[in-house]
Amino acid sequence: MTLALEFPPLSRLVEWKTLFFSGPLAVNKVVLIMWMAAVGTFVFFWMAGRRGSLVPTGVQNAAESVMDFIHNGVILQTMGTEGLFWAPFLTTVFCFILLGNIFEIVPLVQMPANARMAIPFFLALVVFVSYNTVGIRKHGPWGYLKSIMFPPGVPVAVRPLFALIAFVSDIFVRPFALAVRLFANMLAGHLLLATFAILTGALFRATIVGAAVPGALLVALTGFEVLVSVLQAFIFTMLTAVFIGLAQQTEH
Amino acid sequence: MLHVLAAQNPGELQAGLKTVGAGIVYGGAAIGPGIGIGLVVGNAITAMARQPEAAGMVRTTMFLGIAFTEALALFGFVLTFLLK
Repeated sequence: MTLALEFPPLSRLVEWKTLFFSGPLAVNKVVLIMWMAAVGTFVFFWMAGRRGSLVPTGVQNAAESVMDFIHNGVILQTMGTEGLFWAPFLTTVFCFILLGNIFEIVPLVQMPANARMAIPFFLALVVFVSYNTVGIRKHGPWGYLKSIMFPPGVPVAVRPLFALIAFVSDIFVRPFALAVRLFANMLAGHLLLATFAILTGALFRATIVGAAVPGALLVALTGFEVLVSVLQAFIFTMLTAVFIGLAQQTEH
Repeated sequence: MLHVLAAQNPGELQAGLKTVGAGIVYGGAAIGPGIGIGLVVGNAITAMARQPEAAGMVRTTMFLGIAFTEALALFGFVLTFLLK
């Protein structure tokens, strides 16, 4: 290494010591961040809904704009009015993911909860169960399978191939891609910030002036990661809405 | 070059080849999504320029399209770390 720059192994950046308890209930930094995200979401909406004043102020104003965003920006665009039943679920998912992501840039925490696979995986599992339940309740088990695998308008010759691809894509790839998208984006962002922070630190020790460019880039990337956090929370919510909407629609 | 490789410690050679493989995996996985995101965003810009009043709808759909396209690159990114 020419700059005496030793990049730490990946495990040092994402794996944290167990703080208390042990075995499957062990609590480490990521679990604490996840709890903070869950409690933060709860407290945010609890404070907003405590006094339902007609003219919203403060926290209620913020919560209402989040609700409005999910209502108009996500549900009405993907599911129509019959999807409004899912508004509380989608709002909670959005806020939880956003809070879990934004801890990536909070000083002293600096670790996105979603950079460990477990949390995106379980969120995707919840989404998977939700949209399949909706589809099965709407069409019945066979009707649902039929609507996935044999939509009208597919030429007879490619029907078997299409059925296989559609089945694998809808049942396995969707939740997997949903989880991996969130996970990999947050992991990549975390690694990017860590790389630039290490580079800035090493250059600052070597030549103080040399740290200016990576330092400036680090600040810019921090801003970029705010965008990525919001965007990934939005995309996860949006795709959840799209999947539920596809499962409950009658005709393809 | 082969006898240079043969003179190396086999463990080192394996680790080196793994790193090279991981690099090739990510590089390969980034090609398609790179082209794909270019197409998605380019066409979205064309659509917004032609019909500015539909910009909101186009933007939402564009992000969805990006998310689907980008997933393949991210699979490659994850595989890079799995290979190490």
